[in-house]
Amino acid sequence: MAKSNKPIFWGLFAAGGTVTAFVTPALALVTLIAAMRYSPDMFTYDAIHVFAAHWLGKLVIFGIILLSLWHAAHRTRVTVHDFGVRADSLVAIVVYALAGIGTLLTLVYLLRI
Amino acid sequence: MSERQIQLEVLRYNPETDSEPRYQTYSVPCMNEWVVLDALNYVKDNLDPTLSYRWSCHMAVCGSCGMMINGEPKLACKAFIHEYTDQVRVEPMANFPIERDLVTSVEDFIAKLACVKPYLIPKSDQPVSAGAFQQSPAELKKFKQYTLCINCMLCYAACPQYGLVPEFLGPAAISMAHRYNQDSRDGGRDQRQEVIASDEGVWECSFVGACSEVCPKHVDPAGALQQVKVASTLDWYKEHLMPWMKK
Repeated sequence: MAKSNKPIFWGLFAAGGTVTAFVTPALALVTLIAAMRYSPDMFTYDAIHVFAAHWLGKLVIFGIILLSLWHAAHRTRVTVHDFGVRADSLVAIVVYALAGIGTLLTLVYLLRI
Repeated sequence: MSERQIQLEVLRYNPETDSEPRYQTYSVPCMNEWVVLDALNYVKDNLDPTLSYRWSCHMAVCGSCGMMINGEPKLACKAFIHEYTDQVRVEPMANFPIERDLVTSVEDFIAKLACVKPYLIPKSDQPVSAGAFQQSPAELKKFKQYTLCINCMLCYAACPQYGLVPEFLGPAAISMAHRYNQDSRDGGRDQRQEVIASDEGVWECSFVGACSEVCPKHVDPAGALQQVKVASTLDWYKEHLMPWMKK
């Protein structure tokens, strides 16, 4: 039996699960607060733009979006299987392609800031 | 001591005369403190000596009396009658071929267990005169929980993934590999990883978690498999991104 290459996707899935569990609720809360116009100066457009323009900011944003995307992709693949759809290869190609496109777009948009 | 009349619906199958399994219902006067195994023994002793099932210790140690009780994988010796209504359905373990009545064929599991080398493979040969291998309580704690497995196979009967993919090594075998991999006296991890880090090994697990829910000894196979996934992932990154780290 040969060792599997699944760790590529599972590693992203596990790391993404950890990141999303900690970061996503905080981001949702902050976004909600900002949307209700309770935004302190730290969350103004200009401040966030400065954060996103810095290379370290770009790296943080890229890391969070990349891991969240690949986590969601793998989660969806397994959930579709659990729902009884027996077309794993096709599902894998579709969800990972979506995550790949999302990763690429994130990279493009971040580099344009 | 109270007594209750239970309708015990048992799956029967005789490979010599039956073309397919059928159900037979026995009316059994059960004492309140009985377990389902006691009811089966009553049937065998008093109503129908042809009924076949496996059992030995009657105390959740031997792991022989695993069966589906009202559709759930249980040890018959641990399933108390007072927890059930007056209708109890008993079937052989799911996901295994039936040999006769409640007796299933377990060859597949035994072969899988053997292929993960579930025994100590010492790092180096040590003469008896060197004394025993030392192990601290902290080192023991890392794997003790996984030593409690009694090979009852309830986790295989509960695992939907094993039902779908019979090649899957399954919860108990991989947990047992993990038990020895975690043992400070052991040096066989590389050999076991070749088997359990394969597609048919731990990566077939989709973390449904049913194995841990039905485990009568609280081994938590699902937890063991997740730890194996993390360790195998770290192995993969080390082998592919840092090949110079190879031994």
